[in-house]
Amino acid sequence: MATAATTAGSLRGRSWWAKHGPGMVVWFFLIIGTVLSLLPYVWMVFASFKDNNEIFSATIRFLPEQWRFENYVLAWTREPVARGILNSFIMAAGETAGNMVFAVLTAYAFARLRFRGRDFVFLLVLGTMMIPTQVTMIPQFILMRWLGWVNTYQGLIVPRMLTAFAIFLMRQFFLTIPFELEEAARIDGCGRLRCLISVLLPLTGPALATLAIFTFTQSWNEFFWPLIVVSSPEMRTIQLVISALRGQEMIEWGVLLAAVTISAIPTGILYVALQRYFVQGIVMSGIKG
Amino acid sequence: MGQTRVERLRSPGSVLPPAAPPRKGLLARIWGELRREEARTGWLFLLPAMVYFAIFTGFPLAYGFWVSLQEWNMMSPRMTFIGADNYLALLDDPTFRECLANTTYFTVGIVICVIVFSFLLAVLLNQKIRNMTLFRGIFYSPAVTSVVAISVVWLWILDPEYGFINQLLRAVDVIGPRWLADSNWALPGLIMTAAWRNIGYFAVVFLAGLQGIDQMYYEAASIDGANWWGRFRHITVPMLMPTTFFVLVMTIILSFQVFALVYVMTGGGPGGATSVIVFYLYKQAFVYFRMGYASAVGYVLFVIIFALTLIQFRFLGKAAEV
Repeated sequence: MATAATTAGSLRGRSWWAKHGPGMVVWFFLIIGTVLSLLPYVWMVFASFKDNNEIFSATIRFLPEQWRFENYVLAWTREPVARGILNSFIMAAGETAGNMVFAVLTAYAFARLRFRGRDFVFLLVLGTMMIPTQVTMIPQFILMRWLGWVNTYQGLIVPRMLTAFAIFLMRQFFLTIPFELEEAARIDGCGRLRCLISVLLPLTGPALATLAIFTFTQSWNEFFWPLIVVSSPEMRTIQLVISALRGQEMIEWGVLLAAVTISAIPTGILYVALQRYFVQGIVMSGIKG
Repeated sequence: MGQTRVERLRSPGSVLPPAAPPRKGLLARIWGELRREEARTGWLFLLPAMVYFAIFTGFPLAYGFWVSLQEWNMMSPRMTFIGADNYLALLDDPTFRECLANTTYFTVGIVICVIVFSFLLAVLLNQKIRNMTLFRGIFYSPAVTSVVAISVVWLWILDPEYGFINQLLRAVDVIGPRWLADSNWALPGLIMTAAWRNIGYFAVVFLAGLQGIDQMYYEAASIDGANWWGRFRHITVPMLMPTTFFVLVMTIILSFQVFALVYVMTGGGPGGATSVIVFYLYKQAFVYFRMGYASAVGYVLFVIIFALTLIQFRFLGKAAEV
């Protein structure tokens, strides 16, 4: 199009290009980026309705010739996908609830109360973010054995129930709320805990939502810790179920991809509905750098 | 008390040292502090978190080091103290060195892809076009999907015969590499997969950095006659230094900890070509049950990540000053 315009008349062409060119370049790359980002998802969903022969065919066809809905039925009933989803829900909900309660309590002390030693403890908490989780994983597993928590929900949840990131996120948010609000309530004889619950928490909605969504997604996608803690098939989270299906001798790809598609639905819905908070989380975590 | 002392020291008139306040014992001082309601409440609020971190982070960190000095197979209750032998054995372990090399290769690949493409994507997302949040949402979506799910999909994309990439290449008469089945191409395959997952995420981080730059600078530079390259070179790049630093450190730390991708896609193969540090740690601990040795691997990883963070702090700290 641009060349056609330039041949028509160089002056008019140049002004046309100056006006529309940059925008077209931007659109061109945006479309390429969109295709690259979405193509794997599109293929995943379509292939989850195919059988092995069709998935591994010599020509790329996205739409299935025959829609095999039974892949989903098989994944849900014959394979332990339903149980995996349930286990993942329990784990993610537990971790999210724990982080919300404990991070709020801790961050309140760090952000709103003044006492000696506070900043030192805060630095220690921040320092734990520099420890790779894999380093503490083996001793944590030994701890789970001592507690008898191997292959249990508490074993999955409790060691991930409070993170330094959650505390940091809530503290940053609490710092932005004016102190006068709380002081007025204090003068009226409001206790600390009541102050936190009835004055501060109502203002914390966006931060809490960000924290909840972040923790839930991360926990839903977690792989390593469940891999270590879970030892029986019925305790497997959805990620472990998928990994086990992929490890079989004869992989039924349609069923495997149906399981993958199912596993991506909960976080996918959260993401589409609450995208704003996901981005908020990155921006807030970016502050620390 | 402390404040009045500082004030007296600072006041210009006082030449003589102030009379020392009556010294109190540590316990008495703690008691005095805890008589304040605010301090008492503060510690009370911190208590659950402190106990929690002591049990689930502090103790494992210390105990992990203790285990790394032992020979222990976890099944038997008996540990044998062998001092630094696990660490010395690691130095001589060719498989570990290979894992270290693989991890470094993977990390360098990811860092280059992420820094370049995330930045370009962020510049793209920073253009003023309607519905840009929609595009931001699309580019970010891989970061919300689990590594396990992405790995399964990319197994097909990288399939040597029927995969998307090699079929595209065949359409233009190029025979693509055998990717995950070829020890030279397996790591690049993993890098592509991981890059696809992370570029959108870090693009949003870069975007936040770009949007944090005051438009005033650009306007001033334009008035002074700077072209887009000059503005980019002298405003965007230096102003984006802190963000780039954050992205760099995060990418390196994340890449050094890569595990699920390798576990699902290659299982460390072919022939150990994609075995990375954490995968080695996992196998030593939970396949061969060499807990002491695996803990030593974990500690080496810890030291590497810690050192990298410190080096980059210093290096980029200097670069930012110039």
